[in-house]
Amino acid sequence: MLIWENVRLALTSLKANKMRALLTMLGIIIGIASVIGIFTVGNSLTISVSENLQSVGASDVYVQVVERDDEDEEASKDGLVFGTLSTDRDMEDSDKITEEMIDDLCEAFGDQIRAISVHVNAGSATVEDGKNSSKINIYGVPVGYFIPNSIEITAGNMMKAGDFENGRYVCLVSEDFVDDMYDGDYDGAIGKEISTIVEDQMVTLTIVGVYTAKSQQSEMMSQFGLASTVFVPIRCGIKIGRMEMAFEAIEVVIAVGEDTTKLANEIADFFEPYYRSNPDFRVTAISFTGLVGMLDELLSTITTAISIIAGIALLVGGIGVMNIMLVSVTERTREIGTRKALGARNSSIRAQFLVEAVIICLIGGIIGLVMGMVLGNIASNMLGYPARPSISGIVISLGFSISIGLIFGYFPANKAAKMNPIDALRYE
Amino acid sequence: MIIELKDIVKKFYVGRPNELEILHGINMNVREGEFVSVVGPSGSGKSTLMNIIGALDRPTSGEYYLDGIDVQSAPDDYLSDIRNRKIGFVFQTYNLIAKTSALKNVELPMLYAGMPAGRRKERAMELMELVEMADRAGHLPEELSGGQKQRVAIARAMANDPAIILADEPTGALDTKTGRLVMDIFHRLNKDQKKTIVLITHSPELASETDRIINIRDGNIIEHDGVV
Repeated sequence: MLIWENVRLALTSLKANKMRALLTMLGIIIGIASVIGIFTVGNSLTISVSENLQSVGASDVYVQVVERDDEDEEASKDGLVFGTLSTDRDMEDSDKITEEMIDDLCEAFGDQIRAISVHVNAGSATVEDGKNSSKINIYGVPVGYFIPNSIEITAGNMMKAGDFENGRYVCLVSEDFVDDMYDGDYDGAIGKEISTIVEDQMVTLTIVGVYTAKSQQSEMMSQFGLASTVFVPIRCGIKIGRMEMAFEAIEVVIAVGEDTTKLANEIADFFEPYYRSNPDFRVTAISFTGLVGMLDELLSTITTAISIIAGIALLVGGIGVMNIMLVSVTERTREIGTRKALGARNSSIRAQFLVEAVIICLIGGIIGLVMGMVLGNIASNMLGYPARPSISGIVISLGFSISIGLIFGYFPANKAAKMNPIDALRYE
Repeated sequence: MIIELKDIVKKFYVGRPNELEILHGINMNVREGEFVSVVGPSGSGKSTLMNIIGALDRPTSGEYYLDGIDVQSAPDDYLSDIRNRKIGFVFQTYNLIAKTSALKNVELPMLYAGMPAGRRKERAMELMELVEMADRAGHLPEELSGGQKQRVAIARAMANDPAIILADEPTGALDTKTGRLVMDIFHRLNKDQKKTIVLITHSPELASETDRIINIRDGNIIEHDGVV
């Protein structure tokens, strides 16, 4: 009832001093806009990155051989390596993870590991048949590879167990490849032989299946118009690439229900003895859950830092509001005296000025909110993530502006309420 | 008796070396429907007495009953309510709220009394007609002349149908002609509506128009012209 009268009064008073009101709001506007902007960007980033990581495989642990560096000893505990410093020597096959180690790993962890997925990059090549051509990457993979990196066979069949054991020269090609080479005739492509030159050596592979990728990584590759991946049995890949059965990185798929973060640490500990005597290289194990967690932590640290700065802006803005309210109270001393003479209680006067302070802050907060959302959306789009405004951020910031109005408006409002009506009426 | 003042003493700076006694034991009564004037030179304690009668200030000692209410011992919020319902103030400088229409100004005491908006507006319009200002109801105070402002102020003083109207030099800032107009309104309110009016003035001519003159000098009432 009286609150609406007070709101109307406050709006009248603000309209009478538009410029002053706007300048007073500026601090609040900047503070709220930066909070909302940062929350929007942070929120968009977190959601997008987590979604991406989850689609790749949240329950995977990536085991990687990395260069040993005393300086990143600290970082190594988290499994993160920041940049690569001077390389003392290139990685050799003897530094890599061997088949033997993988067998030991499987034995040590047993049921906790659902599959181990490795691949060797046997080489890149261009397939030509005089008419069409297509760029390919040849990946040598074991059976387990397709558990985390799921693909769908659209024509023909998956490579057989015998193909893997004997390292036969068979392959799976992508739909893109078939589109390029055989004008999209998927069934017709089965049984066809493709010949290409890899590392000065003629290689001929028989197509047994056509796949379409489900994981985003491969999708991205083809979207960028890069080479499509051709999968061959790992033993075949090793022969093509003339390499040892040794890997720079392996992907461990954790059984459902296991704690991936804990297991990642245990896997890192498992590899430790193998590399103890290696002065140049060591093994890290990172889980995606851990990675997402780290990212969240990093983002929340940044968010906190910027929130503190925004908090200072809001504090300064609040002091500005208090200052202007004190001026307003002094200017309107006679009005306050008159209102008191007409029967306004101290509480009515206090409410009138409190509402005015809250309205200033709330209007500033709403302007800041809109500006922050616009800025957040622009920034998110520039970073290439879909913008997702944080609902909690909006609610918190509006609540925050009201609180600033109440906190910084109280002192001037109380000053007005406590005025002696006689002195106030006589004030010139 | 609508106003009963018994041995009213008002001191300032109580207990300090510069303690100052302004009113030295005032005894004064006003009957319902009376039109009295309080006359005295500046510095006589006139304003202090007005503040006490208007429940803006409390006496240091003595008793004050307004319409049977013990004002002396009322707490602050109750004092606000007494001002709101029992007293209609008319000031020399009008004291209309700026940037607020004449009608809204008249509504203000009713707003603080908690009257619903519809009835408030209706009564405010009636009062504006009473002071012949209905055609200026939507105007802002800064668009009105002095006489018009004072008429709006009188309408506002009447808003909650108070026990007394307390007018402090109401014609002090007006020329003779408009001052006459304002005085006529007071006479009309006194006759037609039986309003009790206390007029504070330093002008003997205006005072002589009233039923009774109370002369105040140096904090004492020195003579009563008429019945006590």
